[in-house]
Amino acid sequence: MSDNNKKKGPETKTYKFDTLSLHAGYQPHKNAGSRQVPIYQTTSYLFDDVDHAAALFNLERGGHIYSRISNPTVGVLEERVASLEGGTAALATSSGMSAIFLTVMTLCEAGDHLVVSSQLYGGTVNLFRLTLPKFGIKCTFVKPRDTEGFKKAIQKNTKGIFGELVGNPGNELMNMPEISKIAHEAGIPLIVDATYQTPYLCKPFEHGADIVVHSLTKWMAGHGSSMAGILVEGGNFDWMQNDKFPTMTKPYEGYHGLSFAEEFGPTAFTMKARAEGMRDFGPCLSPQNAWNVLQGIETLSVRMKKHCSNAEEMVKYLLAHESVAWVSHPSVPDHPDHALAKKLLPNGRGSMIAFGIKGGKDAGVAFINNVKLASHLANVGDTRTLVIHPASGTHSQMDEATLKFAGLSHDMIRLSVGIEDIDDIKNDFEIGFRAARKPRLVSNQ
Amino acid sequence: MKFKVNGQEVFASTGGRPFDKNKPLIIFVHGSGLTHMTWVLQTRYFAFHGYSVLALDLPGHGLSSGKSLKSIEDMADWISNVIDAVGYKEASLVGHSQGCLVTIECTARYPDKIKTLSLMGGAGAIPMNPDLLALAENGDPKAVDLMMDWAHGPAGHFGGHPVPGLYHINTGGMLAKSRTIKDTLGVDFRACDNYKNGFEAAKKIKIPTLSILATDDKMCPVKEGRKLADLIEGSKVDIIDNCGHMMLLEEADRVLKVLKSFITTNYPSKN
Ligand SMILES: Cc1ncc(COP(=O)(O)O)c(C=O)c1O
Repeated sequence: MSDNNKKKGPETKTYKFDTLSLHAGYQPHKNAGSRQVPIYQTTSYLFDDVDHAAALFNLERGGHIYSRISNPTVGVLEERVASLEGGTAALATSSGMSAIFLTVMTLCEAGDHLVVSSQLYGGTVNLFRLTLPKFGIKCTFVKPRDTEGFKKAIQKNTKGIFGELVGNPGNELMNMPEISKIAHEAGIPLIVDATYQTPYLCKPFEHGADIVVHSLTKWMAGHGSSMAGILVEGGNFDWMQNDKFPTMTKPYEGYHGLSFAEEFGPTAFTMKARAEGMRDFGPCLSPQNAWNVLQGIETLSVRMKKHCSNAEEMVKYLLAHESVAWVSHPSVPDHPDHALAKKLLPNGRGSMIAFGIKGGKDAGVAFINNVKLASHLANVGDTRTLVIHPASGTHSQMDEATLKFAGLSHDMIRLSVGIEDIDDIKNDFEIGFRAARKPRLVSNQ
Repeated sequence: MKFKVNGQEVFASTGGRPFDKNKPLIIFVHGSGLTHMTWVLQTRYFAFHGYSVLALDLPGHGLSSGKSLKSIEDMADWISNVIDAVGYKEASLVGHSQGCLVTIECTARYPDKIKTLSLMGGAGAIPMNPDLLALAENGDPKAVDLMMDWAHGPAGHFGGHPVPGLYHINTGGMLAKSRTIKDTLGVDFRACDNYKNGFEAAKKIKIPTLSILATDDKMCPVKEGRKLADLIEGSKVDIIDNCGHMMLLEEADRVLKVLKSFITTNYPSKN
């Protein structure tokens, strides 16, 4: 028998990424046949009888009680993101920040410690540096490329490692597979903020992450319309391997003596984050915003392809431009993490570009003030192209040295490439660059 | 709760309530390669409503120590030893998939000990697809992926878990990967494939028996489940529409409702 005639073994026919982004988490036949996910605009849910009420509170049965804890529309979003990430379970929140906060509060107690990448979204830096210490949780910051540094920073009371795969705004990568090994040797989970990647570009669970968080506000929702966040559980982390996580593994007073790890195994973290975190902190996502995010996710891979191809075009354009001093994007061959990015982000390196404009701060100001198509605002991951000049806007109070520590410089412009026609983006940049070459002339007009 | 059987440590979930020897005992037996966690949407209910519950991890599975048992007959004897080990004389049994083979055999072997039998996605024999069996015995994770694919009905493939935020296929997959695939799924599949006594054992069963079957169950189709049920005198059959082999999660509420009515009628608790 030739190889061609050999009976091929059975193939798995579970739905693939593009199909899941349209369908996962939703069964129309249980929702009046409604093809689109209904918006369950309600605070609370009828109990069949007292027995049913008790059963829901005791986690004897699944179901909804009160929309702070769970909601059917939000539930579809949670399952959809869990399916796309390859995770077991997810919990959606009112913003990316609340997803990060709930993750930390589910993991840590006062007296605990985290090892954290130093290149993070500014809000996250504040949370770790200034706010968490108020709750008795301390952090050690390590530069994302300093893989050994993560190991050295682990203490006896360290409960996890946290980082963004591609740090903002310097585009430095952390070596997720290696850092996950370091975390697992220490018996602690690796938590990755994958906002900039979305599961279309990278599924961190495949590279050793244990918990993934997203600001869904950005590329996942994609249209700059709605705030949302999510935490997703990989389901592979063994909470019972050591005694570091007693609120997961021992009968927990905070939830009627329940041992989350024993009862819920691969979904224990999400169950605890919901049962305790949503109950006590309450940053729940509105059903309308959940629906808006779902609408965005339907076209995630189509949009991400265009975001990435436009970004690569822009990288080429900027590299060749006389007004540009430098360009930082993992697709640039001499980017220090070029090879690692190719491995971890095979479908595209994302649409965040940082570049230096010749002429320093004044040129930056002129560029930003004169572009017409690109929007000057404090967000990323919109379908529209966004620009910001940190030294004159968000970080204007910083001196040269502090800017440098934050990975910023006076000439840096941060660009979140949208999905407009690439020619129009380039034409708009030409207007900005022209103004930047004659800053005084233009600003006097 | 942990206890010893044949010198080996066994883990069983007691459904979130302390184990109480004054209450009637229900034992839940999981399917191939899985763990006690598949039963979470049935066990907690009974534990909170007058029963003592043990959702077992078979030896070598989940949180239980030792090696996986190699035959359905050994597992059946082991269940009887579990009942002795926790100081009971009798129990009701609930099985899923491979757990049905185990509980049928156990009931036939120990007719005085077992008071009711509930079978979910059961059949008199579970011959394995040879490719799937080979993959599992080689420890190939594809065995788990295929099992999760075939074990969930079309609706379950989309999701819609009864517990908000959980995604069926990945949760089941993680349970089946929680220990070495070769030593759990591989050994279990071989035990299922080897077991030939199901129909004979069924003929000996004289206790109240319930079969819950699902229209989209590819692993133990309704036809096979009925063939088994027909051999058990007076057995009840309940068929769930639009649901696959993982009915205990895919349609957890429906399964609980039927199970509740069956057990509280045929094995009532005074508590
Ligand atoms: C990487 C990253 N993580 C988290 C956040 C916070 O998310 P949100 O603004 O949705 O609270 C942001 C916001 O910019 C971000 O860029």
